[in-house]
Amino acid sequence: MPEQTETQLKVDGLHLWFGGVAALTDLDLEVKKGEIFSLIGPNGAGKTSFLNCVSGLYKPQRGTITFHNHNISRLRAHQRARLGISRTFQKIELFKGMTVLDNIRLGRHLYMKTGLIAGALWVGPAAREEIKHRTFIEEAIVDLLEIEHLRDQVVHMLPYGLQKRVELARALALEPKLLLLDEPMAGLNLEEVEDMARFILDINEDPHWGVTCVLVEHDMGVVMDISDRVAVLNFGIKIAEGAPQDIASNPAVVQAYLGESEVYATRR
Amino acid sequence: MPPAGKSPLPEITPAGELTLPKLLLHTISVMGEKRVAVREKEFGIWRPIAWGQYLENVRLIGLGFVALGLQPGEKVALIGDNRPEGLFAEMAALAVGGVVVWLFQDAMVSEVQYIVDHSDAKFLIGEGQEEADKGLAIRDQCPKLQKIIWDDPKGMRHYNDAMLISLDEVRRLGRELDAKQPELFNRLVEQGRSADTCLLFYTSGTTAKPKGALLTHFNMLKMGQNMMRVDAYRQSDDFVSYLPFAWIGEQMMSISCGLQAGFIINFPEEPETAQENIREIAPHMLFAPPRIYEQMVRNIQVRYLDSPFLKRKVYELGMAIGYRTADMKFARQPLSLGWRLLRLAAELLLFRSLRDHQGLSRIRHAYSGGAALGPDHFRFFHAIGVNLKQIYGQTEIAGISVLHRDDDIKFDTVGKPIPETEVKITPEGEIISKSPSVFQGYYKNPNATAEALRMEAGGDGPWLHSSDTGFIDEDGHLVVFDRSADIMTLANGSKFSPQYIESRLKFSPYLQDAWVLGDHRPYVTAVICIAYNVVGKWAESRNIAYTSYMELSQKPEVCHLVGQTIGEVNRYLPEAAHIKRFVNLYKAFDADDDEVTRTRKLRRRFLEERYQDIIDALYSGKDSVHMDTTITYEDGRVASIKTNLRLEEVSG
Repeated sequence: MPEQTETQLKVDGLHLWFGGVAALTDLDLEVKKGEIFSLIGPNGAGKTSFLNCVSGLYKPQRGTITFHNHNISRLRAHQRARLGISRTFQKIELFKGMTVLDNIRLGRHLYMKTGLIAGALWVGPAAREEIKHRTFIEEAIVDLLEIEHLRDQVVHMLPYGLQKRVELARALALEPKLLLLDEPMAGLNLEEVEDMARFILDINEDPHWGVTCVLVEHDMGVVMDISDRVAVLNFGIKIAEGAPQDIASNPAVVQAYLGESEVYATRR
Repeated sequence: MPPAGKSPLPEITPAGELTLPKLLLHTISVMGEKRVAVREKEFGIWRPIAWGQYLENVRLIGLGFVALGLQPGEKVALIGDNRPEGLFAEMAALAVGGVVVWLFQDAMVSEVQYIVDHSDAKFLIGEGQEEADKGLAIRDQCPKLQKIIWDDPKGMRHYNDAMLISLDEVRRLGRELDAKQPELFNRLVEQGRSADTCLLFYTSGTTAKPKGALLTHFNMLKMGQNMMRVDAYRQSDDFVSYLPFAWIGEQMMSISCGLQAGFIINFPEEPETAQENIREIAPHMLFAPPRIYEQMVRNIQVRYLDSPFLKRKVYELGMAIGYRTADMKFARQPLSLGWRLLRLAAELLLFRSLRDHQGLSRIRHAYSGGAALGPDHFRFFHAIGVNLKQIYGQTEIAGISVLHRDDDIKFDTVGKPIPETEVKITPEGEIISKSPSVFQGYYKNPNATAEALRMEAGGDGPWLHSSDTGFIDEDGHLVVFDRSADIMTLANGSKFSPQYIESRLKFSPYLQDAWVLGDHRPYVTAVICIAYNVVGKWAESRNIAYTSYMELSQKPEVCHLVGQTIGEVNRYLPEAAHIKRFVNLYKAFDADDDEVTRTRKLRRRFLEERYQDIIDALYSGKDSVHMDTTITYEDGRVASIKTNLRLEEVSG
């Protein structure tokens, strides 16, 4: 992995409270363009809260979030999506009654200009636009994630591991510059974990994509294997940040998290 | 140029000069460069490849091989799913005088290593990362291997080993050489002779290490020609290539027949989408081993079980009509007007859509070969109006030697020899055959060659010895028993075929595989592999919880279901062949564990060694047996398994 210098996402002095509970306290983080940045920590450490702040679901009380040197703190979720921030959810958030292809198509809604009537009539420019987007979905996403056999399947009929993959596909349809992945490995079996790790590496390294990834994950094997840098949260406070091997040997981290129990140990 | 369409291409004369690459050039000159030769589904769309593009690929890849140092007679090994690049690379190697060795896509590293080393292959051509990894893993044991060629760049970013080269790079080298010596390609093709070896094909072998059968261009060309003298294929026909290229039946269709008939070869998008893609194409002919047909029957039966009352009744009524009329056809009785009308009604209400769902809506010829297909399956397909025929053949005869004729089908035979083919039975009962397609011998194995190819007194031959037993019936049809060694002697001294019982068992949608034992034993027993999806669904609908194949197979309810199924089959068997006890195995048979061949024939000798404990328990009074064993993953990892298996009595 070449040295990355340009900062893509910068968070300064982020404070997030729910009533009297401090979810995030004075958090500073910097994610560099093109890296896989992992965020780890015990349950309730504020990892998902952080992702929600970046994607725009939560409004932090204090602090700024800059994306490519733009202050996006005041932008709404859909405006941030338009800038190229996409995410997946810990609990799958797909339209379960729709097909895989329709779910992915929805991810491209942002880029569709056709109005309701032209779309319904499917004339001239509307047809051309849809074909263009479909081509993108097929060549860049379906092929990459190996879901050719699922196109017309209804999502709720699919096993959990494949639903996770479809959710990743939907997030990619946005053509993100920054992808926020909230526990993509949770609930997957070993083979599915290996597949998912490979897809994340592909999305990150493939010259076509080159997407910066922020990964929240409990599977330490995956985190240590694929991350460029790791930050550790505990009770909303960043307690460590650095290369994976440094984190694994950091005494504060071991005490707060890694040594805690077997549950978080890798499956390999 | 003759009009596109229904007529077959004029027959070829494969004597002396003709080779497969020369036939390719000839076919293109007749068909024209613009017409579609191959289709591949890619990015969700069927994309046509014209004969001209086919030739261009063969030319560039072939010259690329030459630029990399391939000499005539040298071996090129290929591995990967069915795709146009596989076909192009094969034809390219043949065009410049190479010999092609195909490997099964899912072959384990040890198998790849054995075959690549034994065949002296110079190049290994794979599809992508997985095959490149296999190649890199074996290269230290295969000193003659020089290049590993890949064509799918996915996952290949960090590979920069000097031994690896992309197919695009091979094409580029070919283009350079073509610019320097524009006449070279045609000259190399011209040099080929029909007696040259074109394929070195490793037979899966139910007993020993694979043996490499040498086949010439003449063998392959004659195979296609004689096959199509029985069933003519047309230029306008569609064929779906999805069974492994390493299986001789697929070579026979895609190469031997494809080039002579000029039909379109369609490649599915991914192996997982093959069934869907077949339905989209609706091929005119299908050549498949029994397991494909068994799966189709299972698909239909499962849908039937899931259907509402009215649909089930229509199915039952329609199938009753179908079976009756099919039996009349087998007996060569004319159908009365009444039956014909009933058959028409069933056709409109049922058969048409059953066939459509399995991709058989345009099928003219469906062939089953490679192993025996049970009589129940056979009748089923004729009942729904599919012209299913048995074939008999082997790699050593370039594909097939015996085949049913359209109007002369008997479901317990494999039909009559194809033209230019003689089939005889030796006094010992072994099937032997003689034809222009009989192979040249086994590579580097003179003993096995002498065993398989023998001259008769007076210099008649060579006759190919199959080590199968059989006889020729009163209508001149060949009847094949199991491999001689596989026939079992029952307690009362009579002989019986375990395969027959197994194929009857497999007609049940709940049973994926069955292995029947009883040779010189007091009674007959069976080891069953349940069909995970079907039994799983059955269990779910009855609120039976399970987490794995192993657990599901040992559920008392599932054992009861299997016991009932076996009891029903017993009713059609002679008393001495009744299955008395059975066990549900904790896993399905797998070629990676050497339990079945890559074409899914049981390796009985091996199974008996591996499951000695289970067999002993089946013939003891015990009601459970403890298993402590290992399973092998495709990448060579081994996991251990400890479990208790229930041994069950069959009631009734």
